Amino acid sequence: MKDKRFKIAHKEAKIGVALVVINFILWFGFAYGLGSGDPASYNYVFGLPEWFFYSCVLSFIVMFILVVFSVKFLFKEVSFEEEEERGDHT
Amino acid sequence: MNWQVIIPLLLFLVVIFSVGFWASRYVRSTDSFLQEYFLGDRQLGGFVLAMTMIATYGSASSFIGGPGVAYTKGLGWVLLSMAQLPAGYFVLMVLGKKFAIIARKYKAITLIDFLKERYKSKAVVIISAISIIVFLFSSMAAQWVGGARLIESLTGLSYTTALFIFAVSVLVYVIIGGFRAVALTETVQGVVMLLGTIILLVATIIAGGGIPNIIQELVAENPNLVSPYGAERDLTPIYVSSFWILVGVGVIGLPQIAVRAMSYKNSKGMHQAIIIGTFVIGTIMLGMHVIGVFARAILPGIEIGDKVMPTLTLDVLPPFLAGLVLAAPMAAIMSTVNSLLILISSAIVKDLYLNYLNPKATENQVKRASFWVTTLIGVSVILFALSPPDLLIWLNLFSFGGLESVFIWPIVFGLYWSKGNKYGAISSMIVGMGSYILFDRLNPNALGMHTVVLPVFLSLIAYVIISKMTDKYVLSSNLHLESNG
Repeated sequence: MKDKRFKIAHKEAKIGVALVVINFILWFGFAYGLGSGDPASYNYVFGLPEWFFYSCVLSFIVMFILVVFSVKFLFKEVSFEEEEERGDHT
Repeated sequence: MNWQVIIPLLLFLVVIFSVGFWASRYVRSTDSFLQEYFLGDRQLGGFVLAMTMIATYGSASSFIGGPGVAYTKGLGWVLLSMAQLPAGYFVLMVLGKKFAIIARKYKAITLIDFLKERYKSKAVVIISAISIIVFLFSSMAAQWVGGARLIESLTGLSYTTALFIFAVSVLVYVIIGGFRAVALTETVQGVVMLLGTIILLVATIIAGGGIPNIIQELVAENPNLVSPYGAERDLTPIYVSSFWILVGVGVIGLPQIAVRAMSYKNSKGMHQAIIIGTFVIGTIMLGMHVIGVFARAILPGIEIGDKVMPTLTLDVLPPFLAGLVLAAPMAAIMSTVNSLLILISSAIVKDLYLNYLNPKATENQVKRASFWVTTLIGVSVILFALSPPDLLIWLNLFSFGGLESVFIWPIVFGLYWSKGNKYGAISSMIVGMGSYILFDRLNPNALGMHTVVLPVFLSLIAYVIISKMTDKYVLSSNLHLESNG
């Protein structure tokens, strides 16, 4: 049985995986890219070490915006019920 | 006893109680008892769905244990805790609509119902039910102990009395209200957790004289406290990254989380839940762990990690607000416990009793069985928590990683790979659990990573190889379930 809704579901699952990959790269890249030097010579942003600000605070905000964007513009609403009833009768 | 602190806590309990009682109306009036009691009749909206997932996920460790470790390790532990951000969006996006549609098609009420229909295998059902009962029972008992200790330390009551108060307040509404009571009380609890985090974070920053001041004091004590490697430089990038499996993407394999991905009303609710969930989980995890680190600059020299959060709260907030904020860890513990209780009960009643012991049970028998089983589990957890046996503490270690190793691939491939079959699922579950226990005993940090990584990887290989090898056999015996597109 082919269900058109599964195509939507599969696309959205892939978006989920893509977001995790982006999230991990931002998190890892900023943390160890900026934070691996001597802690005594760190730069600071808003009083926080630069690596921490970018990797934990800013990445969280960026990810939140990406999630909102994906859900608002890429996700589609589908009905769960309709198909269930059709399934009942066949 | 400090009544100004205790009154808000009591108020919190009263609110939780009333919500639970209100939800029990639905259980009394429903015409489909099982679906209502164990799944809230699939009626959860976006806000409730987001909150119930976060509250179930966030436990004693997010509010008590985690900040305590952050206190000793520094910002490196906050970095590690941010691996939990994907739990806010990944589970719902990946299980997502497919799980919702298929669960309805199968008329599945529990996660095991889904696995049973998908794999058509008694072995899968029994292994799943046993894993859930054994591991989540111990995990529940451990949370119970944490809840009682927290009440004990705040009120000065004895451990036994504290345990009793805690247990009774959770048990009553879960037993009478079922899943809907759990989800609705968790919504209140989730809001308390979020507000508590924000209030305490602001108060902590003010008490410390601003962020730059706090950070400079930490640097003066030990510059490594503000590095990603931890105070002792023992947090390696690979170890910290491996937590992305344990507390980030692997969460998809936790039955208490996955069951929520089949409980929502419509796709609009799911969309809202993803947005709200990401925001709330990020705020709580970042906030609580930062609080733990900052506490070091304000109250240096706390020896026991678990005391950091309560001590700090009582120090930086006026008593009434402190009571409100301390309701947050209480909420976190209660909300984890009540979800586990209802899940274990569903595994026994729906998956074992109705499937194999008494398939012809009447509606009334099912009702009675559900109430009694839930009560019985609740009471036996209390007995265990009175003096927790070593075995229970040991089993509790598996409740996260062990369950993920067992369930992740049977769920994910069950949804997305039509060639996956029951032999693959069974071997993946056995390999996942077996290798988890072995690695934990023999080499807990193999290759410098958390124990969970290799078992999840091995169970993946087992699932794929065995499914491929048995593919022809399954096709010829016509058991192949080609309905998943």
